[in-house]
Amino acid sequence: MGEAAKTVIFEIERRDSTEKESYFEKFELPYRANMNVISALMEIRRNPVNMEGKKTTPVNWDMNCLEEVCGACSMVINGKARQSCTALVDQLEQPIRLQPMKTFPVVRDLVVDRSRMFDSLKKVKAWVPIDGTHDLGEGPRMPERKRQWAYELSKCMTCGVCLEACPNVNEKSDFIGAAPLSQVRLMNAHPTGAMNRDERLNAIMGEGGLASCGNSQNCVESCPKGIPLTTSIAALNRETTVQMFRNFFGSDHAV
Amino acid sequence: MDNREFLLRRLHSLLGIIPIGLFLTQHLIVNHFATQGVEAFNNASHFMANLPFVIFLEIFVIYLPIMYHAFYGVYIAFTSKHNPGHYSYLRNILFTAQRYTGVFLVIFIAWHVFETRFQVAIGNAAEADFNMMANILDNPWMLAFYIVGVLTATFHLANGLWSFLVTWGITQSEKAQRYTTYFTLLVFLVLSVIGIRALLAFV
Repeated sequence: MGEAAKTVIFEIERRDSTEKESYFEKFELPYRANMNVISALMEIRRNPVNMEGKKTTPVNWDMNCLEEVCGACSMVINGKARQSCTALVDQLEQPIRLQPMKTFPVVRDLVVDRSRMFDSLKKVKAWVPIDGTHDLGEGPRMPERKRQWAYELSKCMTCGVCLEACPNVNEKSDFIGAAPLSQVRLMNAHPTGAMNRDERLNAIMGEGGLASCGNSQNCVESCPKGIPLTTSIAALNRETTVQMFRNFFGSDHAV
Repeated sequence: MDNREFLLRRLHSLLGIIPIGLFLTQHLIVNHFATQGVEAFNNASHFMANLPFVIFLEIFVIYLPIMYHAFYGVYIAFTSKHNPGHYSYLRNILFTAQRYTGVFLVIFIAWHVFETRFQVAIGNAAEADFNMMANILDNPWMLAFYIVGVLTATFHLANGLWSFLVTWGITQSEKAQRYTTYFTLLVFLVLSVIGIRALLAFV
């Protein structure tokens, strides 16, 4: 690393609260080997002085696991949504521009409120109902190869990157996005979950559901866990095609 | 839950291929008679314009489907927030292009129908024949406008065929969708050659 590598410049889109206007603030930090965006944010928190040498408020951001499995630290880094814990400064073009994922309501600075994703999971019934007043016994077995395949879908951490990247998830549309749709496929693949598959299919055939997908496929390109989101969407398209006819004509195969 | 939006979107996808995609293909192929001379084109055009029940064919196979596809399509185009700058993946660029070409086609097709079929309907012209098109395309700006119109139409159909296959769940896997991309590229090239050859035959 040459002379230029001795400091790192960050350009952060800040905002004091949800209703306030946003503004950019620049920070220059000493370079350390192998630093990532979060370690840089921690450095700013330790010494909240901006590039003009003025003392400012520490930048707020969300984080938890620091190893790309919780999804909390997602933000827009140099224009692309991703996790800040695995965004290595050495691999980023400077100045490094940090922005909140504005598809979601911004709480403060880089902190967003991803509640809508959890509401969507409720809306599409992304769970396997097994609770009852008596022991229902063991469920049907799942083939091992199917379990391995389904495990990939279960890696979703509700980080919100696929929603941020999606051109159809915005303030003009109520599209729920790829993540909850793929969860429907996961729950419908489960042998016990499949007992309620028509309920989930009907849920994603509602407003803001599957039909709002425009196949831009940004979700699958952006997903940090490499979940085959567009394959899930296409598979659900096929299942809802059948469900649509079942709903219309009636069927002996309700489930 | 209300699934009106689901049905409207599925109808939009279906109508784009059947009948509009089939109609466009047929239209470009009939136009191609122009490469065989004035008489060949006029005979073909005369045959199409004098099909039995032609007004019903036009209304149910062309006007109504195309108007639904156009108006609902414009609504779809304006409810997305395009981002091919930061997310410059092929599919996202094609997604954006699909919406821009769609909006352009509403304008192009409205103008094209006004200049040809509408003029026949109000009696300004006896028939949409070779001379009518030759007069229109005599103007180099109009020729350019028509070439762009044909290319956007063939692109919109080819790319729309790809998303039709995904929307109805016919192509699912990444590989199936990739091969369909190659196939629809071929559809785009073949229809474009047919369409452009026909246009140049009028010049």
